[in-house]
Amino acid sequence: MTMSSENEFSQRFEITGRDFSNAGKTSTGIKEILKEIGIDPSIIIRASIASYEAEMNVVMYAQRGVLTLNITPEKLHLKLEDEGFGIENIDLAMQEGFSTATDEMREMGFGAGMGLPNIKKNADKFEISSTPGKGTTLDIIFCLNKTGKK
Amino acid sequence: MTLKEIKELLQAEVIIGDESLDDEIAFAGGSDLMSDVLAFGKPGILLLTGLSNAQSVRTANIIDAKAIVYVRGKKPDKMGIEIARENGIPLLSTKFMMYTACGLLFSHGVPGVSGLAHKK
Repeated sequence: MTMSSENEFSQRFEITGRDFSNAGKTSTGIKEILKEIGIDPSIIIRASIASYEAEMNVVMYAQRGVLTLNITPEKLHLKLEDEGFGIENIDLAMQEGFSTATDEMREMGFGAGMGLPNIKKNADKFEISSTPGKGTTLDIIFCLNKTGKK
Repeated sequence: MTLKEIKELLQAEVIIGDESLDDEIAFAGGSDLMSDVLAFGKPGILLLTGLSNAQSVRTANIIDAKAIVYVRGKKPDKMGIEIARENGIPLLSTKFMMYTACGLLFSHGVPGVSGLAHKK
């Protein structure tokens, strides 16, 4: 955990691909941190859902990933950088129902092609970039003041 | 309806959460697909599911579900029970299948998640 200044909180989490037994642990921890900090409950639930979906994507599709939680008085930023196959066609991946999930992923209750659209739905600002063969980066932002809030 | 009344209606076994049986349940939803639960679940939901791995409990915790009822006599694994205990999520198990369990709850006045029907 690092506290770069009085008004900023930052923590980095490592997520391991294919580690299904721990899938979701990071996001459960993030939810606890947000509660401790005293973030608005309506934002906590949106951020937790987005974080969990993003974490599951790393577990299902990437080798590893790093999720960085950064909180300032203005915003809550979840940045996820993974190393993996990346996404060939982001527009297609953003469509509800599109999925390349395997049976194993579906048995976990995931892989319905709802993850990325659901992250976008919950976030105030969402950016995705990907390099096929290298990995994907997600920037998921929640406004903590009234401007730009959903 | 209280969790205790739901337990009786579904002839369910309480896996953990005896102390929460007086909690009121306002609405419920059933799915084996956690992607759907994350997309459409709302805080306070009673989640009925046939998915018995730890992800069912983690998902319930993320969306602030009130409790989980496992259908078809399923029970969560050890890790799922542990996560539920840490987070105070009651777990029940009924022998009824999903359709019957949901139908019983609905016909006894427990509505589904509101605002999901398509508007015409």
